Amino acid sequence: MPATPRTLLEKIWEDHLVCAPDGQQPILYVDRHLVHEVTSPQAFAGLRAAGRRIRRPEATFATPDHNVPTTDRRLPIVDAISKQQIDTLRTNCQDFGVRLFDLDDADQGIVHVIGPELGITQPGMTIVCGDSHTATHGALGALAFGIGTSEVEHVLATQTLRQSKPRSFEVRVNGSLHAGITAKDLVLFLIGKLSTEGGTGFVIEYTGPCIRALSMEERMTVCNMSIEAGARAGMIAPDSVTFDYLRGRDFVPADFEAAVAGWKLLPSDSGAVYDRVEIFNGEQVVPQVTWGTNPAQVVGIDGAVPDPAELATPSDRESGARALEYMGLSSGRKIVDIRLDRVFIGSCTNSRIEDLRAAAAVVRGYQVSPNVAAMVVPGSGRVKRQAEQEGLARVFTEAGFEWREAGCSMCLGMNPDTLAPGERCASTSNRNFEGRQGKGGRTHLVSPAMAAAAAISGCFVDIRQWHYR
Amino acid sequence: MQPFTTHTGCVVPLDRANVDTDQIIPKQFLKRIERTGFGEFLFFDWRCLADGSSNPDFELNKPEYKGASILLARRNFGCGSSREHAPWALADYGFRVVIAPTFADIFFSNCFQNGMLPIQLDEQHVDELFQRAARPPYRLHIDLHACRLSDDAGFAQPFAIDAFRRTCLLAGTDSIGLSLEHIDQIAAWETAHGLTAPLLDSTLGNSQR
Repeated sequence: MPATPRTLLEKIWEDHLVCAPDGQQPILYVDRHLVHEVTSPQAFAGLRAAGRRIRRPEATFATPDHNVPTTDRRLPIVDAISKQQIDTLRTNCQDFGVRLFDLDDADQGIVHVIGPELGITQPGMTIVCGDSHTATHGALGALAFGIGTSEVEHVLATQTLRQSKPRSFEVRVNGSLHAGITAKDLVLFLIGKLSTEGGTGFVIEYTGPCIRALSMEERMTVCNMSIEAGARAGMIAPDSVTFDYLRGRDFVPADFEAAVAGWKLLPSDSGAVYDRVEIFNGEQVVPQVTWGTNPAQVVGIDGAVPDPAELATPSDRESGARALEYMGLSSGRKIVDIRLDRVFIGSCTNSRIEDLRAAAAVVRGYQVSPNVAAMVVPGSGRVKRQAEQEGLARVFTEAGFEWREAGCSMCLGMNPDTLAPGERCASTSNRNFEGRQGKGGRTHLVSPAMAAAAAISGCFVDIRQWHYR
Repeated sequence: MQPFTTHTGCVVPLDRANVDTDQIIPKQFLKRIERTGFGEFLFFDWRCLADGSSNPDFELNKPEYKGASILLARRNFGCGSSREHAPWALADYGFRVVIAPTFADIFFSNCFQNGMLPIQLDEQHVDELFQRAARPPYRLHIDLHACRLSDDAGFAQPFAIDAFRRTCLLAGTDSIGLSLEHIDQIAAWETAHGLTAPLLDSTLGNSQR
């Protein structure tokens, strides 16, 4: 009898199922645990209090990223509480034998940038981190999701997690993206269609020709924002794009081709059944700009701020009205008429080398608008060095952008990189929540190219009409 | 973990959808390395005006809702960041129960790790509770043994909850201790997958063993 066709999710799930004790949630094995300074100190304290150790320190990797300065790293950290948090991570990693990519390490960076970059992230793995954007790693065909600090402690102590089997959701994207349309526009478009909770309880698998045509880094941008549609994880089946990306990276298996042979068995079997399927077409996607205070409140660059009264549900209408008040916008305002004060290019969504190349291509030969303060924060030390070698950093600095050290920076504004109240920012990050980038700050999510064009023009412009120099 | 069996308390209505964890506990308070003391920063940016004074229009600041221990909210409560600081802040402030039509996955899981009960109730009954809670003080009784919530004026509804999570809440189970009971199966999985089982002696810190 032929085996029942299985999805990518089912294959990884079944391979990692340790046991499903009667009347309890199943226990799932965790292959890689990524740790950062903000959501781990209480977990390590719990281990110490209970006299427990880390079961597999060699499967655990740490880096400070959320709460680190992006200015000169040789200077001391001014904020004493931030310094304590970073020092605590150092002590914990030392005491418990965890590999730390510290602030002075050439490979330090945003945890979701360095995982794939170092080859720590591999197809078929289960990967967790105390951060909701862990879904990023699903781009390589892993099952990767964010967890809370209590679960961080659980994984440290047991190398497993209690998990109920999630439902599978195929988001199929047919067709292809038009010139100038990026993975960021695609995922914002999808979130707008799925809503902020359309993926709750599901793991999304992105499929279809439009997804297959994306580069590895573009796939990371798509999977990264799965959580903004409510899905704890997003994934894309591994293929030659994945294998070519990983080949030669630091932490990949020594017998790489043997590993590839195994990874080729991971994609969903033909005839595999998903719990839910939605089909979209990439041709429909135009450059996207969020107008509100959640990522589903998004519209095309050729559109206008909607009238909340005309939105679909009572929740949408209530959220929409509140968002317009917070954002200082009125319905009917054309997106291209919105003026910006700040531009942020960075975050685990859009701080990789391809993102910086796309932004630099727009910037080359122009100057940042005198009304705009703009910054680029590369996702990792490696990305930064590569951008410097390729001359991208000079393009940015000569145009008037600030060029910073790697970290999460103004995506969440835990460090000194924040918006002032009322400031309006075009941001390549993932959340436009109230106060996300600073209390009273107003965030519009866009692609790196759109953010770069907004920095030059001082307002949103349709990147499809950009005159590249 | 503090067990949860039954609870009676006053309800504060927060009539907003998509309340994200950035609102529940803003990032400037995530620098602390402790698990306690987050209550005073709960909903900080909504509770405080720009000059730092208390916002009289925010529900939690209204005297009639003082001392409430049950939070009533709209769809997709707790979306966004995985920060467990959100349920820590709610619990530290005094909340034991959050009622909403839907919750975000990570926040929902995090509640159970902290002796806090998130109750998912259909939208129609949440609407009814909002109407009733508009006349404070409005008290609800929650009985986790019976999976039932009720008030003193005729409202009574059963609620659904995962059986294992319910058992753990009722007992205040140490989830790590429970999983370590399966350590032999974990080790067997590792062996079957070519991973050498680590030393099982439990001492403080790997470098100190």
